[in-house]
Amino acid sequence: MTTNEYTIALAGNPNTGKSTLFNLLTGLRQHTGNWPGKTVVHAEGFFTYKDKQYKIIDLPGTYSLYSNSADEEVARDFIIFEKPDVTIVVLDATALERNLNLALQVLEMTNRVIVCVNLMDEAKKKGIRIDIAKLAKKLGVPVVPISARNEEGIDELLDTIDLMIRGAIQTKPIVIPYSRSIEEKIAKLLPLVKEIVGDKYPARWIALRLLDGDTSLLDALKQENHHSFKEVARYASNRSAKSV
Amino acid sequence: MAPTKFDRLSEAEPGERFRIEKLDIEGTMKRRLLDLGFVPGCEVTVLQKSPLGDPTAYKVSNTTIALRIEESSNIYGERIRDDNE
Ligand SMILES: Nc1nc2c(ncn2[C@@H]2O[C@H](COP(=O)(O)OP(=O)(O)OP(=O)(O)O)[C@@H](O)[C@H]2O)c(=O)[nH]1
Ligand SMILES: [Mg+2]
Repeated sequence: MTTNEYTIALAGNPNTGKSTLFNLLTGLRQHTGNWPGKTVVHAEGFFTYKDKQYKIIDLPGTYSLYSNSADEEVARDFIIFEKPDVTIVVLDATALERNLNLALQVLEMTNRVIVCVNLMDEAKKKGIRIDIAKLAKKLGVPVVPISARNEEGIDELLDTIDLMIRGAIQTKPIVIPYSRSIEEKIAKLLPLVKEIVGDKYPARWIALRLLDGDTSLLDALKQENHHSFKEVARYASNRSAKSV
Repeated sequence: MAPTKFDRLSEAEPGERFRIEKLDIEGTMKRRLLDLGFVPGCEVTVLQKSPLGDPTAYKVSNTTIALRIEESSNIYGERIRDDNE
């Protein structure tokens, strides 16, 4: 019997329980090393659920994906270039406001996202109540409450992954509107970006990164052999907003 | 042009709260500070200075983050003192 292997990425702020969830799902079926050329730890593991095989990557915990550090670059590049079948964004239920910053960034990059609100037990202790259904509706992707340490909510998470893999869940990630001047620049850049990358990469997100002057992303894209990107980059740098 | 009527976060003492008004800085460092949660309008608590006085730990949107003076001195706002001296 041959089966496909699906890839899942775990993203999230530092200390939100990604590794706890990773260990819970993979048990001993995991190995660690470094990302090629980086001093950042790479951990990947495997598990099977409902006859499907999964490879899961524990991405470094970051507050952002705007490449301020090697950690952020690793996480960003994995989501953009490796295109995991599902990206799980693990949030700390006791610090939702802060954690949503990264979640919104990921939602700009891919629509194959499950938001996992972890540390629900801590939130409960602190009297924090979270309207999961409302959050899911606002974000436009499934939201699953869990407590990784107490192994609560894991079945629902696995079922949600399975449904997403089978195409049974249609997501519609929230689109963050920017100021008028930035939206105008995005509108001008979009056709060019789409012409060059097609459906390969999230065009709006790339346009935004170009307007922000994200040179690290440009370098990464060039390495992926998109030399024609220079053209778009030149265009963008002439119109780049000083600070987005 | 640096704002003058506001205090710098770097001037706030441990135990004090501080309401952020603006970040007087551009580029990567601004981006980083925003991503760490130092956003205009939000309130920060100064936790403690390290033995050498730098960096300083802050409580910002429910998480502890340490900043160096080069960073905290670009954050302007209002010091909120609980005890009326
Ligand atoms: N109370 C509670 N604690 C949890 C839960 N999940 C994880 N923790 C704890 O939170 C701490 C951080 O967990 P990790 O799994 O290391 O977090 P991480 O996201 O991998 O952290 P980084 O790798 O630093 O980004 C550990 O002490 C865990 O035991 C949970 O559901 N409830
Ligand atoms: Mg970890």
